[in-house]
Amino acid sequence: MSKFRKKDKGGLPAISTASLPDIVFMLLFFFMVATVMRDSTLMIENRLPSADQVEKLKKDRTIFIYAGKPSDLYKQFGKEPRIQFNDAYITVEDVQSSVIQGINDLNEDLQSRVVIGLKIDKETNAGLVSDIKQELRKANALKVMYIANTKNENL
Amino acid sequence: MAKRAAPEVNAGSMADIAFLLLIFFLVTTTIEKDKGLLRSLPPIDDTEVEPPIIRQKNLFTVNINRNNQLLVEEEEIPISELRQAAIDFLDNGGGTNPEGESCDYCKGKRLEDSSDHPDKAIISMKHDRETTYEKYIDVQNELVAAYNFLREREAERLYKKYYPDADKVFTAMLEEKEKNQFSKDEVLNERIETVKLLFPMKLSEAEPEK
Repeated sequence: MSKFRKKDKGGLPAISTASLPDIVFMLLFFFMVATVMRDSTLMIENRLPSADQVEKLKKDRTIFIYAGKPSDLYKQFGKEPRIQFNDAYITVEDVQSSVIQGINDLNEDLQSRVVIGLKIDKETNAGLVSDIKQELRKANALKVMYIANTKNENL
Repeated sequence: MAKRAAPEVNAGSMADIAFLLLIFFLVTTTIEKDKGLLRSLPPIDDTEVEPPIIRQKNLFTVNINRNNQLLVEEEEIPISELRQAAIDFLDNGGGTNPEGESCDYCKGKRLEDSSDHPDKAIISMKHDRETTYEKYIDVQNELVAAYNFLREREAERLYKKYYPDADKVFTAMLEEKEKNQFSKDEVLNERIETVKLLFPMKLSEAEPEK
């Protein structure tokens, strides 16, 4: 019996998969934290226009207003474009009070820097948009962002 | 009775369960990517002050009608030419600003019948109630692009030495500001303001007629 006998008979040892759950859990937690559930259900069609001179939106200081035709599920509201705020349709006259309410719900140090995000369907009439803007001026929320998809400049 | 050791729980299926959850969250996740055109609305003005008279040559009128046709300075043009037309107008520099300085950084043709100075040049946009929002955003986009092009050019002229590797100097400056939002960089902010002041964004929108 020699002292220096080969221990193995060759062949690779199996790779331990014991750390696989840890890796998967790490990924899982990342996605759980990064997931944002949509906070309001869209009751309107919302196909955004595209633009290439876009800037990033700061989400913490933004109030969203949606507008567009009622989507298929809400056909009973007709075909005229409607304004949606949070989870309900509102009229043009209600925009001012809704926005003021939205501003009051914001963090106090962000209230003065509020941005109104306008998510408006591209088929909507621009007249409705200017009505909304007029109401925003009355509410003294003067920074607006027309949310748009990014278009490649070279296309 | 002899004491038996508790049998070890088989953890082999833990990975499967974790994978299942992982795939669920992977599918439901939408990384938020909201971007858009940032614009400021004018505050409501109740004062009865007579607005200053603006000479016709300092006004660049853009009109969109209900059939989404574009009328720029009384002439119908396709939207692809709007950006260049706006750049030519803003960059003309045919006269002096209210302080009596002439525009020494303008590279335009210095025509008599176009704008005097970027400080005075105003783009006035008007649309019909029936215009589609898509067209409206297209036009806004082109006009903002004209300003961005000129600001980019001035930023490159003034500050290229600080950003030798940057492709677009003004964009690089804005990105740096974004990165340092918790530690204010006064010099950088001042530079950005300087560039913005060279071509101040004067884009006015008229109420559509009812």
